[in-house]
Amino acid sequence: MASTSKDPVLVVLQLTGGNDYLNTVIPYTNPLYRDYRPVVGIPEDKVLPLDDKAAFHPAMAPMKAIYERGDMAIIHGVGYPNAPRSHFRSMDIWHTCEPNKLGTEGWLGRATREIDPHKENVLTTVSFGPSLFRALALPGVPVACVDNLDIYGLLPGVSEQRQRARILHWFAHMYSPAIGSGPVMDYLGQTGLDTLQGADILKDAPKMYSSTVQYPETPIAKKLKGIAQVHMANFGTRIFYCDHGSFDSHSNQHGMHDKLWKDVSEGVACFFDDLREHGVGDNVIMLMFSEFGRRTRDNGSGTDHGSGGVAFVLGERVKGGQYSEFPSMKNEDLEQGDVVPNHDFRGLYSTILEDWMGLDAKPLVGGTFEKLAYLQ
Amino acid sequence: MANQDISMMAHLMRRAGFGAPREELEARAAKGYEATVEELLHPEEQLALDRNEMMRYHPWVWRPGTLPGMGAAEWLHDMLNTKRPLEEKMALFWHQVFATGVSKVDHYDDVMDMIVKFREKGMGDYRELLIEMAKDPAMIYWLDNCENHATAVNENWGRELLELFSMGVGNYTETDVRECSRAFTGWTILPKLPRGPIGRHDWFFEYREEDHDDGEKTFLGVTGNLNGEDIIRIICDQPATPRFVARHLYNFFVADEAQVPAWSVTPPRDPAAIDLLSTTLVNSNYDIRSTLRVLFNSDFFKDARFAKLKSPAEVVVGTLRLVGGTEFPAPGIGNLSRQAGYMGQDLLNPPSVEGWHTGAEWINSGSLMQRVNFTAELVGDVRRPGIRVIIDRLQAQGTRTTAEVVDSCLDLLGPLEVSQGTRDGLIGFSEEGGNFSWDTAEHIQASTARVAELLQLIVATREYQFA
Repeated sequence: MASTSKDPVLVVLQLTGGNDYLNTVIPYTNPLYRDYRPVVGIPEDKVLPLDDKAAFHPAMAPMKAIYERGDMAIIHGVGYPNAPRSHFRSMDIWHTCEPNKLGTEGWLGRATREIDPHKENVLTTVSFGPSLFRALALPGVPVACVDNLDIYGLLPGVSEQRQRARILHWFAHMYSPAIGSGPVMDYLGQTGLDTLQGADILKDAPKMYSSTVQYPETPIAKKLKGIAQVHMANFGTRIFYCDHGSFDSHSNQHGMHDKLWKDVSEGVACFFDDLREHGVGDNVIMLMFSEFGRRTRDNGSGTDHGSGGVAFVLGERVKGGQYSEFPSMKNEDLEQGDVVPNHDFRGLYSTILEDWMGLDAKPLVGGTFEKLAYLQ
Repeated sequence: MANQDISMMAHLMRRAGFGAPREELEARAAKGYEATVEELLHPEEQLALDRNEMMRYHPWVWRPGTLPGMGAAEWLHDMLNTKRPLEEKMALFWHQVFATGVSKVDHYDDVMDMIVKFREKGMGDYRELLIEMAKDPAMIYWLDNCENHATAVNENWGRELLELFSMGVGNYTETDVRECSRAFTGWTILPKLPRGPIGRHDWFFEYREEDHDDGEKTFLGVTGNLNGEDIIRIICDQPATPRFVARHLYNFFVADEAQVPAWSVTPPRDPAAIDLLSTTLVNSNYDIRSTLRVLFNSDFFKDARFAKLKSPAEVVVGTLRLVGGTEFPAPGIGNLSRQAGYMGQDLLNPPSVEGWHTGAEWINSGSLMQRVNFTAELVGDVRRPGIRVIIDRLQAQGTRTTAEVVDSCLDLLGPLEVSQGTRDGLIGFSEEGGNFSWDTAEHIQASTARVAELLQLIVATREYQFA
């Protein structure tokens, strides 16, 4: 494995389902916020103010602590023009950077290919979740997909050492490339071989890990802990991906959004505490995004699909603060009832790819987009 | 019996059901292909399952009032034991189309009630099924139609009805979404009672006249005081709708297509097949049974052997039916019912209203590992009745070379068709130990163990992942 522990590492935490921007970073002093949100609006005495304009949702106290120590950039008004307001289409656009046609290549699949063009490390990119995110998909680029790190391995039932070695040897033989077998068979073959190799390496990560940080028993904390374990094991992983959700708060938004942000904030805070305790946080940043924000006006119980959203970039090396601007909430400035994005998500990606990962962003995101200065 | 007939019957049963053990394939092949298709299309002629069996041993599956955590166990039990395989397969099909999940509904009973509806109506008139779904409590809650009011329109159901359940993106405007949603205002559920100690109370559909927007609406060019039924009628008059349903049927039963969001920009894999299925839908007044009859008897279906990746449900149920021994709802059925979830298809809990991404997207390093490990453990267990049958048949053949045993195992597990490289690998692995002989107790024991490992390696192959 060609890597040092100090190569830049990106962790993506996807907030699936459309996180409600305006109830996450709340324009708490803007009277329009109260007008538009008689039901889901959060009272001024409950919010966690960051300055005289913006406040965090009350469930985000651990996030506020990270912000206050200067390790978090809040990027306002992230999105792209002509938002389709469909979860799937919008998530596809975020994953592939193709707003006008259906893309099949993920932006981080392409980044993985740039980082490791000769596929020297099957663990260059590791996905935590039962299925592969399209952001990571690129034919021929291996991505390890881990659901449960503790029991990761092929044919664990064949326990006798020599027989196990033999069966895995012939498994590899059968999954080897064959001429003319077609793209799906080729894909299966490569996946099988990568699985075999990745499992062999990954099985050691939990054994090598110990920490005083107590992660809560939530799905997102479990994933972030797994990411911390693999990062600390120094397998050369440069990109981690996981998600949490669903943030699709059409109704009963109050209890639902509280719980989501409580779990995310606590999990993220534990993750960075864990990295700091082991002195391995200085080469890690985390990107948090959602496929869209939600409508400016509430619908009497929750909020419907909208457009502009918010993203966060976290890490010791991040220049903390707020970037871009709160989009205008004035009625005449809304588009189909939504705040209009003022920072293209491909600019967000470009900042991370160029100023953190050291890659040329243009071919990976399909063009040149405005970058912001939180990683310089 | 011609091997070709067995292969074709195995294909039909994998697609129109969850596969079948060898004896069943032989019996069905003797009866004939078309006769078997007719039998599958008429589930009412086969015995229904004893609904009391699960309840007798797992009383908490009684509805209403399910303890959370039993999950899809009841449905797994149905899929394993049904005498009406196509009825159950259609329930899985519609569950994948009208994807509704407990992640939000938080109510296994009501999602299971949808499955019961799919059994009852899944081979009938698609238009009736759409109406049924518009009135389904789990669906109403899942897509927030209970929050869709005359004074505050919620577009969630209205949009997905058009985008995912009937026409597909590109066949309507944002205004149509709005007008469609207005027409479904007041289609709601009775107020929910608070959760009781052993689960939720049942939900019921309710139409509230006073919460329905009865103003004029214009939907897809039709103007009037439209209500939900009118919307579904107008949708079903659109040429996009039969094509959309046809493509779903093709993707599920024939061969893997692009994912649903790509349909507006990707032509069908077999345009003539989609034409035929969609014409059949129109001519039969959306009769799914007639359309399936055309599908299963078509050449494009018969030529599509192994042209589809198995879904996790097909892997789990197909392998369990093959090895046998899980017909009785023993403790552990809850764990079994979660296995498909570990492979990326958590039944009754799809990741989103889009359902699951299918085909090659089922496969990644994590899900492939789950598939291999789960199926290998099952076929390596020589106490399982289905594995016993395979070993008995091999033993009856007497002493055989490794290559002969490999070919027999591939035949008895499918018949499976594998590449030369795969066959070489299976022979290479099994060659250690020489010929398989069954003449002494010692040889029987050794050969049995070798067959078990060979079967494990066979289900670990790429080819076993295809249906």
